[in-house]
Amino acid sequence: MIFKLHYIVFTFIIFIIPGPVLCKDIIVCPDCEIRSVKEAISQSANGDRIIIKKGIYTENNLSIDKEIEITGEDFPVIDLEFKYQGFIIKSNNVKISGLEIRNISVNYMTDLSAIKVENSENCVIENNVITDTFFALYLANSDGCLIKNNKISCRAMSESSSGNGIHLWKCNNITIEYNETTGHRDGIYFEFVKKTTITANYSHNNLRYGLHFMFSDSNVYRENTFRENGAGVAVMYTRNIEMTDNKFEDNWGPASYGLLLKDISRSLIKRNLFYKNTTGIYMEGCEQIQVEENEFKSNGWATRILGNCMNNKFTGNNFVSNTFDVSSNSSRSENIYSGNYWDKYDGYDLDRNGTGDVSYRPVSLYSMIVDKVPESIILLRSFIVELIDATEKAMPVLIPETLIDDNPKMKMIEYD
Amino acid sequence: MNTKILKYILFELLRNKFIILYSLILMVMSFSIIYIGQDSSKAVITILNLILFIVPLICLIFGTIHFYNSKEFIQFLLTQPVNRKSIFRAEYLGLSISLSLGFLIGVGIPVMFYGFLLSGMYLVLTGIILTFIFTAIAFLSSVINKDKVKGIGLSIIIWLYLTIIFDGLVFLIIYFFNDYPIDKFIIILTSLNPIDLGRILMLLQVDISALMGFTGATFQKFFGSFIGMAISAVFMLLWIFLPLAVSLRMFKRTNF
Repeated sequence: MIFKLHYIVFTFIIFIIPGPVLCKDIIVCPDCEIRSVKEAISQSANGDRIIIKKGIYTENNLSIDKEIEITGEDFPVIDLEFKYQGFIIKSNNVKISGLEIRNISVNYMTDLSAIKVENSENCVIENNVITDTFFALYLANSDGCLIKNNKISCRAMSESSSGNGIHLWKCNNITIEYNETTGHRDGIYFEFVKKTTITANYSHNNLRYGLHFMFSDSNVYRENTFRENGAGVAVMYTRNIEMTDNKFEDNWGPASYGLLLKDISRSLIKRNLFYKNTTGIYMEGCEQIQVEENEFKSNGWATRILGNCMNNKFTGNNFVSNTFDVSSNSSRSENIYSGNYWDKYDGYDLDRNGTGDVSYRPVSLYSMIVDKVPESIILLRSFIVELIDATEKAMPVLIPETLIDDNPKMKMIEYD
Repeated sequence: MNTKILKYILFELLRNKFIILYSLILMVMSFSIIYIGQDSSKAVITILNLILFIVPLICLIFGTIHFYNSKEFIQFLLTQPVNRKSIFRAEYLGLSISLSLGFLIGVGIPVMFYGFLLSGMYLVLTGIILTFIFTAIAFLSSVINKDKVKGIGLSIIIWLYLTIIFDGLVFLIIYFFNDYPIDKFIIILTSLNPIDLGRILMLLQVDISALMGFTGATFQKFFGSFIGMAISAVFMLLWIFLPLAVSLRMFKRTNF
């Protein structure tokens, strides 16, 4: 019996303990034995960990084809000196964290980036600072990666000579959270990306879009903030997306939208805040989108819904202090508005059930005129405009007959 | 200038029941608008509409009536060794300053009380400039007409023209000529109306998001820039000094 117990313990020692012993830590620092990251990578084997100490490392083209972990201590700087690109991850289970990568070269032939992930699974890119980028994080054909807590910034001058902060192409099941991207062409860019969760990112001051995706079905966007981007957020040709608790703020300009939706269907937009955008939501060719419990505040146009949108449902939204609440280029509307709060509503509520007794038409004649003759915006808030709107409201002839909220709320809707 | 006359006219007017009433009404309205309105920018807009509507009307009507009523006083002063220019100036300044004070108390206090700093300041500034402009116009219309009823009639017509008809005409022009690049023309056209100028300067504060749209951006660029501000200020001042200069000329020649 005792012999048997010894045997078991022995087996344990042989098979279990050696595992971690075989995986070694490789330390890189400016005055260590190994002074370059490239050398460390070439000496490493699967399961190793490379620890980079504080210092400046001028390197390029660090190709990783083993399952290793690269960790920086006190943010060592990998300076690419505008020569080429940084890490290229080609194997699964790679982790890169705690690095500062800077000065990525602009190239019109290849999409150079600080960290590129190609055809691999389960990589983790965490707590990095990436500055002066072309592309920062570039994931292609990869699965199950985590991109977390990276600070990415760039000072892009023109759209043609700049790349994207977080760029995903043909990926699945990626988690992107708590990142900050600024100064790129697009803050976050997806193409053919499925089942991905994007949480609590902050994308601001990008030249074009804070978030831009196409053909990326079944993704979830939560608690992100998109602020002061050149053209706001634009998403196209996609189904089944869920956007909740995001903030779209301060996107100003002639072609600037809080959220531009083109050919989006069967999606949910819930509890978002649209604040001080030229246009809050712009919809073109959209179907079956539920717009619920959002707050539209101080926008120029809260929603601009083109005539080719059908069966979209606007319920329980708050429209406050917008110059125009709803505008459209068509005199017909196939969308449903119900139970929203409109601050311009002047009806009454005799039975005191919180819902106005007269229905509300959110499109004003003047907003239609502005749509047709944009120069007439100069007459905004003038007496003649108020007169026109009041007359039309009393006897609606020109404003869309079907665009009507039958249950307008008397008080602003509170969300918990 | 004779400050004694100005002082006398000013104190006389400040004790005038009408100006106190004007101030009180403005105050009650502003307070109630701010109190009822749930958020500040909407309240500012409503007060703006009120100002653009009421201030020109009151200044025109009250200015005209005041001028006719003080005709005997002016005649009395003219028998004294003071020149006509200083009498006219004292009359104008006395009236516009007292109306501005009334406005400042009526709107300024509620606005400051609820702390709309920047937009509130613009609001008060717009109101005061409009007061000065329309008092000048009131004097012009009362100097032109010897008959009191005709003078008041002219004032009302001017008010009607500048608040409603002018915008209607601009609207028509925009509507019919929108195939042409008329942005700049419209900027010039609206600068010709002090009420529109005041309104647009306020829009830059409260409706900035909408003005950033396609065409709005052109207007915003112009009126929001320093040059645009300077030009609108010059136009506003012209609206004060041109009517004043013309009416002073006529006042000097009037045979009382």
